[in-house]
Amino acid sequence: MFHFSNIVRSKGDPKIVEGGPSLKQPPDQLARALGWLGIGLGITEFLAPRRVTEALGMEGRETLVRAFGLREILAGVMSLSVDRNAGLWARVGGDGLDAAALLSGLTSDNPKKGNIALALLMVGGIAMLDYRAAQDTKPRRPPPNARRKLYPNRSGFPKGVQAAKGRAKEMIQHKTAGVTS
Amino acid sequence: MKALVWHGKEDIRCDTVTDPEIQDPRDAIIKVTSCAICGSDLHLFHNFIPGMMPGDIMGHETMGEVVEVGCGVDSKLKKGDRIVVPFTIICGECDQCKRGNFSVCETTNRKKHLADKVFGHSTAGLFGYTHLTGGYPGGQAEYLRVPFADATHIKVPAGIPDEQLLFLSDIFPTGWQAAVQCDIVPTDTVAIWGCGPVGQMAIRSAILLGANQVIAIDCLPERLSMAEAAGATTINFENESVLERLKELTDGKGPEKCIDCVGMESHVSASWPDTLLDRAKQMVMLESDRPHVLREMIYVCRPGGIISVPGVYSGFSDKLPMGAFMNKGLTMRTGQTHVNRWTDDLLRRIEQGEIDPSFVITHTVPLEQGPEMYQMFRDKRDSCVKVVLKP
Ligand SMILES: NC(=O)c1ccc[n+]([C@@H]2O[C@H](COP(=O)([O-])OP(=O)(O)OC[C@H]3O[C@@H](n4cnc5c(N)ncnc54)[C@H](O)[C@@H]3O)[C@@H](O)[C@H]2O)c1
Ligand SMILES: [Zn+2]
Ligand SMILES: [Zn+2]
Repeated sequence: MFHFSNIVRSKGDPKIVEGGPSLKQPPDQLARALGWLGIGLGITEFLAPRRVTEALGMEGRETLVRAFGLREILAGVMSLSVDRNAGLWARVGGDGLDAAALLSGLTSDNPKKGNIALALLMVGGIAMLDYRAAQDTKPRRPPPNARRKLYPNRSGFPKGVQAAKGRAKEMIQHKTAGVTS
Repeated sequence: MKALVWHGKEDIRCDTVTDPEIQDPRDAIIKVTSCAICGSDLHLFHNFIPGMMPGDIMGHETMGEVVEVGCGVDSKLKKGDRIVVPFTIICGECDQCKRGNFSVCETTNRKKHLADKVFGHSTAGLFGYTHLTGGYPGGQAEYLRVPFADATHIKVPAGIPDEQLLFLSDIFPTGWQAAVQCDIVPTDTVAIWGCGPVGQMAIRSAILLGANQVIAIDCLPERLSMAEAAGATTINFENESVLERLKELTDGKGPEKCIDCVGMESHVSASWPDTLLDRAKQMVMLESDRPHVLREMIYVCRPGGIISVPGVYSGFSDKLPMGAFMNKGLTMRTGQTHVNRWTDDLLRRIEQGEIDPSFVITHTVPLEQGPEMYQMFRDKRDSCVKVVLKP
Protein backbone atom coordinates (compact mmCIF):
# COMPACT_ATOMS: atom_id res chain seq x y z
CA MET A 1 0.00 0.00 0.00
CA PHE A 2 2.82 2.41 0.81
CA HIS A 3 4.89 0.95 -1.97
CA PHE A 4 4.84 4.03 -4.21
CA SER A 5 5.64 6.58 -1.55
CA ASN A 6 8.46 4.32 -0.37
CA ILE A 7 10.07 3.89 -3.80
CA VAL A 8 10.32 7.62 -4.43
CA ARG A 9 12.00 8.30 -1.06
CA SER A 10 15.63 9.32 -1.25
CA LYS A 11 17.88 6.46 -0.26
CA GLY A 12 18.34 6.35 3.49
CA ASP A 13 15.27 8.49 4.32
CA PRO A 14 12.72 6.85 6.63
CA LYS A 15 10.15 4.67 4.90
CA ILE A 16 6.74 3.66 6.17
CA VAL A 17 6.70 0.24 7.80
CA GLU A 18 3.27 0.30 9.34
CA GLY A 19 0.57 2.90 8.77
CA GLY A 20 -1.21 4.58 11.67
CA PRO A 21 -4.93 5.37 11.73
CA SER A 22 -6.28 8.16 9.53
CA LEU A 23 -8.56 10.81 10.98
CA LYS A 24 -10.59 10.90 7.77
CA GLN A 25 -14.19 10.00 8.59
CA PRO A 26 -16.80 8.34 6.35
CA PRO A 27 -18.61 11.69 5.85
CA ASP A 28 -15.34 13.11 4.47
CA GLN A 29 -15.25 10.29 1.96
CA LEU A 30 -18.90 10.86 1.08
CA ALA A 31 -18.18 14.56 0.55
CA ARG A 32 -15.34 13.61 -1.77
CA ALA A 33 -17.50 11.23 -3.77
CA LEU A 34 -20.25 13.83 -4.09
CA GLY A 35 -17.71 16.46 -5.14
CA TRP A 36 -16.39 14.29 -7.97
CA LEU A 37 -19.91 13.28 -8.97
CA GLY A 38 -20.83 16.98 -9.25
CA ILE A 39 -17.76 17.75 -11.33
CA GLY A 40 -18.50 14.84 -13.68
CA LEU A 41 -22.13 15.77 -14.06
CA GLY A 42 -21.25 19.44 -14.44
CA ILE A 43 -18.79 18.76 -17.24
CA THR A 44 -21.42 16.72 -19.10
CA GLU A 45 -24.00 19.47 -18.70
CA PHE A 46 -21.54 22.11 -19.76
CA LEU A 47 -20.14 20.34 -22.80
CA ALA A 48 -23.21 18.44 -24.03
CA PRO A 49 -26.26 20.45 -22.94
CA ARG A 50 -28.16 19.33 -26.02
CA ARG A 51 -27.95 15.66 -25.00
CA VAL A 52 -29.43 16.58 -21.66
CA THR A 53 -32.30 18.70 -22.95
CA GLU A 54 -33.17 16.09 -25.57
CA ALA A 55 -33.32 13.33 -23.01
CA LEU A 56 -35.65 15.46 -20.89
CA GLY A 57 -37.77 16.78 -23.74
CA MET A 58 -36.77 20.30 -22.76
CA GLU A 59 -35.14 21.50 -25.98
CA GLY A 60 -34.31 25.19 -26.04
CA ARG A 61 -33.10 25.31 -22.43
CA GLU A 62 -29.44 24.58 -23.31
CA THR A 63 -28.12 27.83 -21.85
CA LEU A 64 -29.72 27.06 -18.52
CA VAL A 65 -28.24 23.55 -18.55
CA ARG A 66 -24.79 25.02 -19.29
CA ALA A 67 -25.12 27.46 -16.41
CA PHE A 68 -26.19 24.62 -14.12
CA GLY A 69 -23.19 22.64 -15.33
CA LEU A 70 -20.87 25.45 -14.31
CA ARG A 71 -22.60 25.66 -10.94
CA GLU A 72 -22.19 21.90 -10.43
CA ILE A 73 -18.47 22.11 -11.22
CA LEU A 74 -17.85 25.00 -8.83
CA ALA A 75 -19.82 23.42 -5.98
CA GLY A 76 -17.99 20.15 -6.67
CA VAL A 77 -14.58 21.82 -6.49
CA MET A 78 -15.61 23.48 -3.25
CA SER A 79 -16.74 20.13 -1.81
CA LEU A 80 -13.27 18.74 -2.47
CA SER A 81 -11.53 21.68 -0.76
CA VAL A 82 -10.93 22.39 2.93
CA ASP A 83 -14.19 24.35 2.81
CA ARG A 84 -16.09 21.20 1.90
CA ASN A 85 -18.96 22.08 4.21
CA ALA A 86 -19.73 25.28 2.29
CA GLY A 87 -19.45 23.29 -0.94
CA LEU A 88 -21.94 20.70 0.29
CA TRP A 89 -24.43 23.36 1.30
CA ALA A 90 -24.00 24.95 -2.11
CA ARG A 91 -24.82 21.53 -3.57
CA VAL A 92 -27.96 21.26 -1.43
CA GLY A 93 -29.08 24.65 -2.78
CA GLY A 94 -28.21 23.51 -6.29
CA ASP A 95 -30.31 20.38 -5.87
CA GLY A 96 -33.26 22.66 -5.16
CA LEU A 97 -32.64 24.61 -8.37
CA ASP A 98 -32.32 21.35 -10.32
CA ALA A 99 -35.61 20.09 -8.95
CA ALA A 100 -37.38 23.37 -9.74
CA ALA A 101 -36.08 23.34 -13.33
CA LEU A 102 -37.11 19.71 -13.79
CA LEU A 103 -40.57 20.35 -12.38
CA SER A 104 -41.06 23.18 -14.86
CA GLY A 105 -40.53 20.65 -17.65
CA LEU A 106 -42.99 18.16 -16.23
CA THR A 107 -45.92 19.18 -18.46
CA SER A 108 -48.58 16.82 -19.75
CA ASP A 109 -47.50 17.35 -23.37
CA ASN A 110 -43.87 16.45 -22.74
CA PRO A 111 -43.23 13.04 -24.34
CA LYS A 112 -40.18 12.52 -22.06
CA LYS A 113 -42.11 12.95 -18.80
CA GLY A 114 -40.89 9.54 -17.72
CA ASN A 115 -37.26 10.64 -17.93
CA ILE A 116 -38.01 13.78 -15.98
CA ALA A 117 -39.63 11.77 -13.25
CA LEU A 118 -36.57 9.55 -13.12
CA ALA A 119 -34.26 12.56 -13.00
CA LEU A 120 -36.33 14.05 -10.19
CA LEU A 121 -35.98 10.84 -8.24
CA MET A 122 -32.24 10.91 -8.75
CA VAL A 123 -31.97 14.56 -7.70
CA GLY A 124 -34.01 13.75 -4.60
CA GLY A 125 -31.68 10.90 -3.67
CA ILE A 126 -28.54 12.96 -4.21
CA ALA A 127 -30.05 15.86 -2.29
CA MET A 128 -30.53 13.56 0.68
CA LEU A 129 -26.88 12.49 0.52
CA ASP A 130 -25.73 16.10 0.10
CA TYR A 131 -27.75 17.13 3.12
CA ARG A 132 -26.42 14.23 5.21
CA ALA A 133 -22.84 14.99 4.25
CA ALA A 134 -23.31 18.71 4.93
CA GLN A 135 -24.71 17.94 8.39
CA ASP A 136 -21.89 15.52 9.19
CA THR A 137 -18.98 17.71 8.09
CA LYS A 138 -19.88 20.81 10.09
CA PRO A 139 -16.70 22.78 10.86
CA ARG A 140 -15.52 22.05 14.38
CA ARG A 141 -14.45 25.59 15.16
CA PRO A 142 -15.92 26.75 18.45
CA PRO A 143 -18.81 29.19 17.95
CA PRO A 144 -17.96 32.87 18.53
CA ASN A 145 -19.78 32.88 21.86
CA ALA A 146 -18.09 29.72 23.18
CA ARG A 147 -16.41 30.00 26.56
CA ARG A 148 -12.69 30.33 26.17
CA LYS A 149 -9.69 30.17 28.43
CA LEU A 150 -7.94 33.53 28.53
CA TYR A 151 -4.24 34.06 29.18
CA PRO A 152 -3.93 37.41 30.95
CA ASN A 153 -0.90 36.26 32.96
CA ARG A 154 1.23 34.97 30.15
CA SER A 155 3.42 37.98 29.46
CA GLY A 156 6.48 35.91 28.62
CA PHE A 157 8.59 38.42 30.55
CA PRO A 158 9.70 36.73 33.79
CA LYS A 159 10.58 40.11 35.29
CA GLY A 160 7.37 41.76 34.14
CA VAL A 161 6.35 43.98 31.23
CA GLN A 162 7.66 47.18 32.82
CA ALA A 163 11.08 45.66 33.36
CA ALA A 164 11.17 44.50 29.73
CA LYS A 165 10.30 47.98 28.52
CA GLY A 166 12.86 49.53 30.84
CA ARG A 167 15.51 47.16 29.62
CA ALA A 168 14.69 48.08 26.01
CA LYS A 169 15.14 51.77 26.84
CA GLU A 170 18.47 51.04 28.49
CA MET A 171 19.68 49.13 25.45
CA ILE A 172 18.70 51.97 23.12
CA GLN A 173 20.43 54.56 25.30
CA HIS A 174 23.46 52.34 25.47
CA LYS A 175 23.52 52.03 21.69
CA THR A 176 23.10 55.75 20.98
CA ALA A 177 25.72 56.57 23.60
CA GLY A 178 28.03 54.14 21.86
CA VAL A 179 27.53 55.96 18.57
CA THR A 180 28.19 59.49 19.90
CA SER A 181 31.16 58.76 22.10
CA MET B 1 10.29 4.79 15.01
CA LYS B 2 7.03 6.75 15.24
CA ALA B 3 6.61 9.83 13.08
CA LEU B 4 3.84 12.16 11.91
CA VAL B 5 3.47 11.48 8.21
CA TRP B 6 1.64 13.50 5.55
CA HIS B 7 -0.76 11.40 3.48
CA GLY B 8 -2.75 14.12 1.73
CA LYS B 9 -4.95 17.09 2.46
CA GLU B 10 -5.99 17.07 6.14
CA ASP B 11 -4.60 13.58 6.52
CA ILE B 12 -1.63 13.33 8.86
CA ARG B 13 -1.05 10.01 10.57
CA CYS B 14 1.25 8.70 13.24
CA ASP B 15 3.01 5.92 11.31
CA THR B 16 5.81 3.55 12.14
CA VAL B 17 8.74 4.27 9.83
CA THR B 18 12.32 3.07 9.50
CA ASP B 19 14.87 4.91 11.63
CA PRO B 20 16.95 7.57 9.87
CA GLU B 21 20.53 6.70 9.01
CA ILE B 22 23.66 8.73 8.53
CA GLN B 23 23.79 9.40 4.78
CA ASP B 24 26.64 11.87 4.60
CA PRO B 25 29.74 12.49 6.73
CA ARG B 26 28.30 15.85 7.79
CA ASP B 27 25.09 14.29 9.19
CA ALA B 28 24.11 13.79 12.79
CA ILE B 29 21.16 11.97 14.24
CA ILE B 30 19.29 13.24 17.27
CA LYS B 31 16.86 11.59 19.60
CA VAL B 32 14.01 14.09 19.68
CA THR B 33 12.99 15.22 23.16
CA SER B 34 10.44 17.86 22.11
CA CYS B 35 8.93 19.12 18.88
CA ALA B 36 6.11 21.50 18.00
CA ILE B 37 3.41 22.14 15.42
CA CYS B 38 3.81 25.44 13.57
CA GLY B 39 1.33 27.66 11.72
CA SER B 40 3.41 26.88 8.63
CA ASP B 41 2.52 23.21 9.08
CA LEU B 42 -1.13 24.17 8.71
CA HIS B 43 -0.47 25.42 5.16
CA LEU B 44 0.80 21.90 4.40
CA PHE B 45 -2.07 20.28 6.30
CA HIS B 46 -4.40 22.16 3.93
CA ASN B 47 -2.24 21.28 0.95
CA PHE B 48 -1.95 24.95 0.02
CA ILE B 49 1.76 24.72 -0.69
CA PRO B 50 2.60 22.47 -3.62
CA GLY B 51 5.35 19.90 -3.40
CA MET B 52 4.30 17.52 -0.62
CA MET B 53 4.25 13.80 -1.31
CA PRO B 54 2.45 11.08 0.63
CA GLY B 55 4.94 9.59 3.04
CA ASP B 56 6.70 12.88 3.88
CA ILE B 57 7.47 13.32 7.57
CA MET B 58 6.24 16.64 9.02
CA GLY B 59 7.88 19.02 11.46
CA HIS B 60 10.52 21.73 11.60
CA GLU B 61 10.57 22.81 15.25
CA THR B 62 12.62 20.17 16.99
CA MET B 63 15.24 19.67 19.67
CA GLY B 64 16.95 16.71 21.20
CA GLU B 65 20.11 14.87 22.07
CA VAL B 66 22.78 13.90 19.56
CA VAL B 67 23.04 10.12 19.39
CA GLU B 68 25.22 9.64 16.32
CA VAL B 69 27.53 11.83 14.27
CA GLY B 70 29.09 11.38 10.85
CA CYS B 71 32.88 11.45 10.48
CA GLY B 72 32.75 14.90 8.83
CA VAL B 73 31.13 16.72 11.72
CA ASP B 74 34.51 17.11 13.43
CA SER B 75 34.52 18.48 16.89
CA LYS B 76 31.60 20.81 16.29
CA LEU B 77 29.13 18.31 17.66
CA LYS B 78 29.48 15.14 19.65
CA LYS B 79 27.33 12.38 21.00
CA GLY B 80 25.36 13.53 24.02
CA ASP B 81 25.22 17.22 23.02
CA ARG B 82 21.88 18.87 23.53
CA ILE B 83 20.81 20.85 20.47
CA VAL B 84 17.90 22.81 19.07
CA VAL B 85 17.58 22.27 15.32
CA PRO B 86 16.98 25.42 13.25
CA PHE B 87 14.30 24.85 10.62
CA THR B 88 16.64 26.12 7.90
CA ILE B 89 19.38 23.68 6.94
CA ILE B 90 22.62 25.62 6.43
CA CYS B 91 26.09 24.82 5.13
CA GLY B 92 27.82 27.71 6.87
CA GLU B 93 30.24 28.13 3.95
CA CYS B 94 28.47 29.53 0.90
CA ASP B 95 28.29 33.24 0.03
CA GLN B 96 24.83 33.60 1.54
CA CYS B 97 25.68 31.77 4.76
CA LYS B 98 28.78 33.92 5.17
CA ARG B 99 26.56 37.00 4.99
CA GLY B 100 24.16 35.54 7.53
CA ASN B 101 21.44 35.04 4.92
CA PHE B 102 20.98 31.51 6.14
CA SER B 103 17.48 30.86 4.81
CA VAL B 104 18.77 31.30 1.30
CA CYS B 105 21.80 29.04 1.73
CA GLU B 106 22.97 28.02 -1.73
CA THR B 107 24.07 24.51 -0.85
CA THR B 108 21.57 22.65 1.24
CA ASN B 109 18.52 22.28 -1.02
CA ARG B 110 19.04 18.83 -2.49
CA LYS B 111 16.25 19.42 -5.04
CA LYS B 112 17.64 22.68 -6.36
CA HIS B 113 16.41 22.13 -9.91
CA LEU B 114 12.79 22.29 -8.66
CA ALA B 115 13.23 25.51 -6.72
CA ASP B 116 15.30 27.08 -9.51
CA LYS B 117 12.38 26.57 -11.86
CA VAL B 118 9.64 27.75 -9.49
CA PHE B 119 11.32 30.66 -7.69
CA GLY B 120 14.11 31.55 -10.10
CA HIS B 121 16.66 30.53 -7.48
CA SER B 122 16.89 27.78 -4.98
CA THR B 123 16.67 28.60 -1.27
CA ALA B 124 17.89 26.68 1.76
CA GLY B 125 16.79 23.14 2.48
CA LEU B 126 14.08 23.05 5.15
CA PHE B 127 12.99 20.20 7.42
CA GLY B 128 9.60 18.69 6.62
CA TYR B 129 8.58 21.43 4.22
CA THR B 130 7.87 20.15 0.68
CA HIS B 131 10.17 18.94 -2.04
CA LEU B 132 10.71 22.52 -3.23
CA THR B 133 12.97 22.95 -0.23
CA GLY B 134 14.69 19.60 -0.44
CA GLY B 135 12.06 17.13 0.71
CA TYR B 136 13.96 16.53 3.95
CA PRO B 137 12.13 14.36 6.51
CA GLY B 138 10.89 16.52 9.37
CA GLY B 139 11.28 16.41 13.12
CA GLN B 140 7.83 15.41 14.37
CA ALA B 141 9.35 12.01 14.99
CA GLU B 142 11.37 10.07 17.52
CA TYR B 143 14.64 10.55 15.65
CA LEU B 144 15.80 13.13 13.15
CA ARG B 145 18.70 13.12 10.74
CA VAL B 146 20.26 16.58 10.72
CA PRO B 147 22.12 17.19 7.45
CA PHE B 148 25.08 19.62 7.51
CA ALA B 149 24.90 19.12 11.27
CA ASP B 150 28.25 20.81 11.88
CA ALA B 151 26.54 24.11 10.97
CA THR B 152 22.84 23.30 11.36
CA HIS B 153 22.43 23.34 15.12
CA ILE B 154 22.07 25.57 18.14
CA LYS B 155 23.90 24.12 21.11
CA VAL B 156 21.99 24.68 24.32
CA PRO B 157 23.07 24.22 27.92
CA ALA B 158 21.63 21.72 30.38
CA GLY B 159 19.51 23.08 33.19
CA ILE B 160 16.99 25.04 31.11
CA PRO B 161 13.84 23.06 30.28
CA ASP B 162 13.06 22.15 26.65
CA GLU B 163 9.97 24.35 26.69
CA GLN B 164 12.06 27.51 27.06
CA LEU B 165 14.52 26.57 24.32
CA LEU B 166 12.49 24.74 21.69
CA PHE B 167 11.23 27.87 19.95
CA LEU B 168 14.76 28.98 19.10
CA SER B 169 14.20 26.59 16.20
CA ASP B 170 11.71 28.86 14.48
CA ILE B 171 9.00 31.07 15.96
CA PHE B 172 11.12 33.08 18.42
CA PRO B 173 13.77 34.13 15.88
CA THR B 174 10.96 34.54 13.33
CA GLY B 175 9.10 37.04 15.51
CA TRP B 176 12.43 38.66 16.34
CA GLN B 177 13.56 39.00 12.73
CA ALA B 178 10.13 40.40 11.84
CA ALA B 179 10.62 43.13 14.45
CA VAL B 180 14.30 43.77 13.66
CA GLN B 181 13.36 44.25 10.00
CA CYS B 182 11.18 47.16 11.11
CA ASP B 183 14.18 49.24 12.25
CA ILE B 184 12.19 50.18 15.34
CA VAL B 185 12.86 53.59 16.90
CA PRO B 186 11.50 54.62 20.32
CA THR B 187 8.65 56.72 18.90
CA ASP B 188 7.29 53.94 16.68
CA THR B 189 3.90 52.33 16.70
CA VAL B 190 4.22 48.74 15.51
CA ALA B 191 0.99 47.09 14.33
CA ILE B 192 1.00 43.31 14.22
CA TRP B 193 -1.59 41.30 12.29
CA GLY B 194 -2.17 37.80 13.66
CA CYS B 195 -1.70 36.76 17.30
CA GLY B 196 -0.73 33.16 16.62
CA PRO B 197 2.59 31.92 18.01
CA VAL B 198 4.58 33.99 15.50
CA GLY B 199 2.55 37.12 16.24
CA GLN B 200 3.04 36.58 19.99
CA MET B 201 6.82 36.37 19.53
CA ALA B 202 6.79 39.45 17.28
CA ILE B 203 4.88 41.39 19.95
CA ARG B 204 7.46 40.51 22.64
CA SER B 205 10.31 41.27 20.25
CA ALA B 206 8.90 44.69 19.30
CA ILE B 207 8.68 45.50 23.00
CA LEU B 208 12.23 44.30 23.70
CA LEU B 209 13.41 46.41 20.75
CA GLY B 210 11.85 49.49 22.33
CA ALA B 211 8.67 50.24 20.35
CA ASN B 212 6.57 53.00 21.87
CA GLN B 213 3.27 51.27 21.18
CA VAL B 214 2.49 47.74 19.98
CA ILE B 215 -0.94 47.04 18.50
CA ALA B 216 -2.06 43.43 18.01
CA ILE B 217 -4.85 42.41 15.63
CA ASP B 218 -6.78 39.11 15.63
CA CYS B 219 -10.29 37.83 16.32
CA LEU B 220 -9.59 35.13 18.91
CA PRO B 221 -10.13 36.36 22.49
CA GLU B 222 -7.63 33.91 24.00
CA ARG B 223 -4.86 35.05 21.67
CA LEU B 224 -5.73 38.72 22.15
CA SER B 225 -5.61 38.22 25.91
CA MET B 226 -2.12 36.75 25.55
CA ALA B 227 -1.09 39.77 23.46
CA GLU B 228 -2.46 42.13 26.09
CA ALA B 229 -0.53 40.29 28.77
CA ALA B 230 2.68 41.53 27.14
CA GLY B 231 1.47 45.11 27.05
CA ALA B 232 0.02 45.27 23.55
CA THR B 233 -3.11 47.24 22.69
CA THR B 234 -5.51 44.90 20.91
CA ILE B 235 -7.99 45.14 18.05
CA ASN B 236 -10.58 42.41 17.56
CA PHE B 237 -11.41 42.63 13.88
CA GLU B 238 -14.71 40.90 14.41
CA ASN B 239 -16.01 43.71 16.61
CA GLU B 240 -14.27 46.81 15.29
CA SER B 241 -12.82 48.25 12.12
CA VAL B 242 -9.07 47.67 11.92
CA LEU B 243 -8.48 50.73 9.75
CA GLU B 244 -10.44 53.08 11.98
CA ARG B 245 -8.95 51.82 15.22
CA LEU B 246 -5.40 52.00 13.86
CA LYS B 247 -5.96 55.60 12.79
CA GLU B 248 -7.45 56.44 16.18
CA LEU B 249 -4.49 54.94 18.01
CA THR B 250 -1.98 56.88 15.91
CA ASP B 251 -3.56 60.35 15.82
CA GLY B 252 -4.89 59.70 12.35
CA LYS B 253 -1.44 59.02 10.90
CA GLY B 254 -1.27 55.23 10.75
CA PRO B 255 1.40 52.96 12.25
CA GLU B 256 4.97 53.49 11.09
CA LYS B 257 5.68 49.78 11.13
CA CYS B 258 3.41 46.90 10.15
CA ILE B 259 4.07 43.17 10.59
CA ASP B 260 2.11 40.41 8.82
CA CYS B 261 2.06 37.33 11.06
CA VAL B 262 -0.87 35.80 9.19
CA GLY B 263 0.34 34.86 5.73
CA MET B 264 -1.45 33.25 2.84
CA GLU B 265 -4.48 31.94 4.72
CA SER B 266 -6.15 35.10 5.94
CA HIS B 267 -9.48 34.76 7.65
CA VAL B 268 -12.30 34.81 5.09
CA SER B 269 -15.24 37.03 5.97
CA ALA B 270 -18.29 38.40 4.22
CA SER B 271 -17.35 41.83 5.54
CA TRP B 272 -14.13 41.66 3.50
CA PRO B 273 -15.28 40.92 -0.08
CA ASP B 274 -11.68 40.63 -1.29
CA THR B 275 -11.21 37.55 0.90
CA LEU B 276 -14.25 35.84 -0.62
CA LEU B 277 -12.91 36.48 -4.09
CA ASP B 278 -9.44 35.25 -3.11
CA ARG B 279 -10.91 32.08 -1.63
CA ALA B 280 -12.94 31.40 -4.77
CA LYS B 281 -9.91 31.97 -6.98
CA GLN B 282 -7.78 29.76 -4.74
CA MET B 283 -10.22 26.89 -5.23
CA VAL B 284 -10.00 26.98 -8.99
CA MET B 285 -6.25 27.61 -8.84
CA LEU B 286 -6.34 31.14 -10.24
CA GLU B 287 -4.53 32.49 -7.17
CA SER B 288 -2.46 30.72 -4.54
CA ASP B 289 -2.59 33.18 -1.64
CA ARG B 290 -5.18 35.28 0.19
CA PRO B 291 -3.21 38.49 0.73
CA HIS B 292 -5.88 40.48 2.59
CA VAL B 293 -3.43 41.47 5.31
CA LEU B 294 -0.86 42.75 2.82
CA ARG B 295 -3.53 44.92 1.20
CA GLU B 296 -4.66 46.27 4.55
CA MET B 297 -1.10 47.00 5.70
CA ILE B 298 -0.19 48.87 2.53
CA TYR B 299 -3.34 50.94 2.89
CA VAL B 300 -2.94 51.84 6.53
CA CYS B 301 0.86 52.08 6.93
CA ARG B 302 2.20 55.59 7.40
CA PRO B 303 4.01 56.94 4.29
CA GLY B 304 7.69 56.15 4.45
CA GLY B 305 6.95 53.21 6.74
CA ILE B 306 8.10 49.62 6.77
CA ILE B 307 6.10 46.47 6.14
CA SER B 308 7.63 43.30 7.52
CA VAL B 309 6.26 39.97 6.33
CA PRO B 310 7.17 36.81 8.23
CA GLY B 311 3.79 35.30 7.20
CA VAL B 312 4.29 32.68 4.52
CA TYR B 313 3.11 33.25 0.94
CA SER B 314 3.45 30.44 -1.53
CA GLY B 315 2.84 31.62 -5.07
CA PHE B 316 0.79 34.34 -6.68
CA SER B 317 -1.20 37.13 -5.02
CA ASP B 318 -3.68 39.32 -6.87
CA LYS B 319 -4.81 42.91 -6.47
CA LEU B 320 -1.92 44.17 -4.41
CA PRO B 321 -2.24 47.97 -4.29
CA MET B 322 1.15 48.71 -5.84
CA GLY B 323 0.05 52.30 -6.53
CA ALA B 324 -0.31 53.01 -2.83
CA PHE B 325 2.81 51.01 -2.02
CA MET B 326 4.94 52.98 -4.49
CA ASN B 327 3.50 56.45 -3.93
CA LYS B 328 3.66 56.15 -0.15
CA GLY B 329 7.29 55.15 -0.41
CA LEU B 330 6.91 52.03 1.68
CA THR B 331 9.57 49.39 2.21
CA MET B 332 8.77 45.68 2.41
CA ARG B 333 11.05 43.16 4.07
CA THR B 334 10.30 39.48 4.20
CA GLY B 335 11.79 35.99 4.09
CA GLN B 336 12.07 32.69 5.81
CA THR B 337 13.97 33.34 9.00
CA HIS B 338 17.77 33.38 9.09
CA VAL B 339 17.49 31.46 12.35
CA ASN B 340 21.17 31.16 13.30
CA ARG B 341 21.73 34.88 12.72
CA TRP B 342 19.74 35.62 15.87
CA THR B 343 19.97 32.62 18.15
CA ASP B 344 23.14 33.47 20.11
CA ASP B 345 21.57 36.75 21.22
CA LEU B 346 18.17 35.17 21.88
CA LEU B 347 19.62 32.27 23.86
CA ARG B 348 21.46 34.77 26.04
CA ARG B 349 18.23 36.67 26.64
CA ILE B 350 16.52 33.46 27.70
CA GLU B 351 19.39 32.56 30.02
CA GLN B 352 19.29 36.01 31.59
CA GLY B 353 15.56 35.74 32.21
CA GLU B 354 14.67 38.62 29.93
CA ILE B 355 12.15 36.46 28.16
CA ASP B 356 10.67 32.99 28.57
CA PRO B 357 9.19 31.81 25.27
CA SER B 358 7.35 28.92 26.93
CA PHE B 359 4.48 31.31 27.74
CA VAL B 360 2.96 30.46 24.36
CA ILE B 361 2.53 26.70 25.00
CA THR B 362 -1.06 25.73 25.74
CA HIS B 363 -0.96 22.00 25.00
CA THR B 364 1.71 19.36 25.62
CA VAL B 365 0.85 15.83 24.47
CA PRO B 366 2.54 12.60 23.34
CA LEU B 367 3.60 12.45 19.67
CA GLU B 368 0.94 9.81 18.96
CA GLN B 369 -1.75 12.43 19.52
CA GLY B 370 -0.20 14.68 16.87
CA PRO B 371 -2.86 14.10 14.19
CA GLU B 372 -5.67 15.18 16.55
CA MET B 373 -3.62 18.19 17.62
CA TYR B 374 -3.25 19.35 14.02
CA GLN B 375 -7.04 19.50 13.87
CA MET B 376 -7.36 21.20 17.23
CA PHE B 377 -4.71 23.83 16.41
CA ARG B 378 -6.31 24.45 13.02
CA ASP B 379 -9.82 24.76 14.46
CA LYS B 380 -8.60 26.88 17.39
CA ARG B 381 -10.44 24.57 19.77
CA ASP B 382 -9.81 24.50 23.52
CA SER B 383 -8.14 27.95 23.31
CA CYS B 384 -5.16 26.30 21.65
CA VAL B 385 -2.24 28.56 20.80
CA LYS B 386 0.82 26.30 20.60
CA VAL B 387 1.18 22.53 20.74
CA VAL B 388 4.32 20.76 21.93
CA LEU B 389 4.67 17.05 21.17
CA LYS B 390 6.72 14.64 23.25
CA PRO B 391 7.98 11.54 21.41
N1 LIG C 1 9.04 33.51 7.87
C1 LIG C 1 9.21 32.40 8.58
O1 LIG C 1 10.32 31.92 8.65
C2 LIG C 1 8.07 31.79 9.30
C3 LIG C 1 8.29 30.95 10.38
C4 LIG C 1 7.21 30.43 11.09
C5 LIG C 1 5.92 30.74 10.69
N2 LIG C 1 5.72 31.55 9.62
C6 LIG C 1 4.38 31.92 9.15
O2 LIG C 1 3.81 32.86 10.04
C7 LIG C 1 2.39 32.79 9.94
C8 LIG C 1 1.77 32.69 11.32
O3 LIG C 1 2.18 31.51 11.97
P1 LIG C 1 1.49 31.06 13.33
O4 LIG C 1 2.19 29.84 13.80
O5 LIG C 1 1.39 32.19 14.25
O6 LIG C 1 0.05 30.61 12.73
P2 LIG C 1 -1.44 30.65 13.28
O7 LIG C 1 -2.26 30.10 12.18
O8 LIG C 1 -1.53 30.03 14.61
O9 LIG C 1 -1.77 32.20 13.45
C9 LIG C 1 -2.36 33.02 12.51
C10 LIG C 1 -3.27 34.01 13.25
O10 LIG C 1 -3.70 35.00 12.33
C11 LIG C 1 -5.04 35.32 12.63
N3 LIG C 1 -5.63 35.94 11.44
C12 LIG C 1 -6.16 35.35 10.35
N4 LIG C 1 -6.57 36.26 9.47
C13 LIG C 1 -6.31 37.48 10.00
C14 LIG C 1 -6.51 38.81 9.56
N5 LIG C 1 -7.07 39.06 8.38
N6 LIG C 1 -6.12 39.83 10.37
C15 LIG C 1 -5.54 39.58 11.57
N7 LIG C 1 -5.33 38.32 12.04
C16 LIG C 1 -5.71 37.28 11.26
C17 LIG C 1 -5.65 34.00 13.03
O11 LIG C 1 -6.82 34.17 13.81
C18 LIG C 1 -4.51 33.36 13.83
O12 LIG C 1 -4.59 33.65 15.20
C19 LIG C 1 2.10 31.60 9.05
O13 LIG C 1 1.87 32.03 7.72
C20 LIG C 1 3.38 30.82 9.10
O14 LIG C 1 3.55 30.02 7.97
C21 LIG C 1 6.78 32.07 8.94
ZN1 LIG D 1 7.50 27.16 11.43
ZN1 LIG E 1 25.16 27.95 2.86
